[in-house]
Amino acid sequence: MNIVVCIKQVPISSDVEIDPKTGTLKRDGVDSKINPYDLYAIETAMLIKEKTKARVTAITMGPPQAKEILREALMMGIDKVVILSDRKFAGADVLATSYALSQGIRKLNSADIIICGKQTTDGDTAQIGPELAAFLNIPHAAYVSCIREVKEFSITVDCDMDETIQTCRLELPALITVGIEIGQPRLPSFSLKMKTRDRNIDLFSLDDLSDKNEDNYGLNGSPTQVIKIFPPESRSEKTTWEGDAETNASRILSKLNEFKII
Amino acid sequence: MPEIKINHSKITDIETVIKLCPFGAIEVKNGKVSINELCKLCRICILKGPKGAFELVEKQKRQIVKEQWKGIAVYADHFKGHIHGVTYELIGKAREMAKKLDYEVYALICGSCINKSAESLLEWGVDKVFSYDYKELKFFKIEPYTNVFCDFVAKVKPSVVLVGGTNLGRSLAPRVAATIKTGLTADCTLLDIQSNSDLDQIRPAFGGNIMAHIRTPQHRPQFATVRYKVFPTPERLKKENAEVVQCTIDTEKLSSRIVILDVKPKPKTLNIEEAEVIIAVGRGFKKREDLAMAEELAELLGGHVASSRPLIESGWIDSHKQIGLSGRTVKPKLIITCGISGSIQFRSGMSNSDVIMAINKDKNAPIFQIAHYAIIGDVYELIPKLIEKIKTSKTTLKN
Repeated sequence: MNIVVCIKQVPISSDVEIDPKTGTLKRDGVDSKINPYDLYAIETAMLIKEKTKARVTAITMGPPQAKEILREALMMGIDKVVILSDRKFAGADVLATSYALSQGIRKLNSADIIICGKQTTDGDTAQIGPELAAFLNIPHAAYVSCIREVKEFSITVDCDMDETIQTCRLELPALITVGIEIGQPRLPSFSLKMKTRDRNIDLFSLDDLSDKNEDNYGLNGSPTQVIKIFPPESRSEKTTWEGDAETNASRILSKLNEFKII
Repeated sequence: MPEIKINHSKITDIETVIKLCPFGAIEVKNGKVSINELCKLCRICILKGPKGAFELVEKQKRQIVKEQWKGIAVYADHFKGHIHGVTYELIGKAREMAKKLDYEVYALICGSCINKSAESLLEWGVDKVFSYDYKELKFFKIEPYTNVFCDFVAKVKPSVVLVGGTNLGRSLAPRVAATIKTGLTADCTLLDIQSNSDLDQIRPAFGGNIMAHIRTPQHRPQFATVRYKVFPTPERLKKENAEVVQCTIDTEKLSSRIVILDVKPKPKTLNIEEAEVIIAVGRGFKKREDLAMAEELAELLGGHVASSRPLIESGWIDSHKQIGLSGRTVKPKLIITCGISGSIQFRSGMSNSDVIMAINKDKNAPIFQIAHYAIIGDVYELIPKLIEKIKTSKTTLKN
């Protein structure tokens, strides 16, 4: 059995600011980490690996620096790592990103289960998993809270559908997205770090993919366009209370009375 | 994207031409001048090179006829026929935008035995409800639901499609958008429509304190998802000639590689979306035990405790009580944020609340940008004092 985990590099801090004069991002020197939800995806893959002896590949798309998170994935027990990196992938929206990932996964040539974190902490869109499954034409289940059973040709999972829990069996190959309910992700291990430090990181560029038409990737392949970025508005009519706790508590209390909360 | 085109006949001295580019993007390949990926489109070669040798050409852009795509469609999210509240909110927004372009408002509903629900949507100002009523659609399975959605889009050709940001919507909308190969903007907080039918989609972006204004200029339909409680519920409105259209689809398109084994109601937990008073706690709380004071305050005010992401990640608070882009959107009568700095993700999840009181030590905390009452102070001093005062006032009232 082959499992593919999709992971993404996200900024550690959300203190990204915008220059109000130029309208550009001030993002220099921001450190990166693995998207926290992707750690649950890796953990899910490891739990399945323990039971089925599956081989697990992690794939990411990004600039060459994104190799760092692949190293971390290796330290968590991932067997093989691949980065999709090409200047022509830059500026991709969800559609172009998931298309490139689908091409990369097709090149791996064997993926029975594909696992994604349910969303990232930078974009927060939660769209890549379902879009990727659409491009691969395989069934998917999002918001999986529990893996019940993995067999040679199927996976049975619980999906969180807001009001209900839906238990379903998906024919393989299939894609799932997972979150925090899966359980605490394992920590990177030092012995794996030593063992995998020379492990090769495969790089796929556009030329390695079967669809080489650059119009389908990056900015060219993105239907959505960011036409402007701007700082969120602040409230103009605002009451500010400084001073000691005693005074402020009284002020709050009188407002609570005024609003008939008490 | 524009690119530089080379007219080889106009180049006589290859060596000089190569030196034109400050980035080294002009090179000789197989005896011919070519431009490599280092090109920054600075146009120096056009200005300083031999006349006509380099030319800037706009690449042939994909063109669509926008007039062929009309109307605004809303996906009617429901469970066993009970329409989810986000559906009405989206219909309200669709009505508002449709008015500007004299568009119709459509609803798409799919399921099994959904006649009544389809009819009920007509009371919300929808012009046409398109209903796919098949027993195969009784439970949500991604492939048949996607096929039905794509069938609807192909038949009706709406310009805009709005889907509620429920777990179902956030699984279905991207699958459909990718199948149709169009753009989708998730969790929009503001929507408007241009006279040329381009949808203005605004959402927090880049994981920072930034909003992005997004358009889908060359693709139709334009897909957007919006969370529950972001837009207000509209007034009911019954339009003349409003009707339910029963739609048919090949049954083979209803087959699935998924088998539903069980559907259980989730253990009844409090829906923070429904709470009228929320005490939201954040990193200002140093120990798990300290949350007791927030619980006590919430109880005194008849409210509920919710939280920003950090306390969810530390496991102190249950994940369904998370406010923000990755959690829930809330719109209570009163929210008191305690020790929350207020990332854009958090603020997007609560900025529409009627009254926002924010307590934070740092007077520059971003939460104060949207607070009605900015209270600069330490939660450890203020909350106990407040609890004491509320208790005193309650006993005084009783006496």
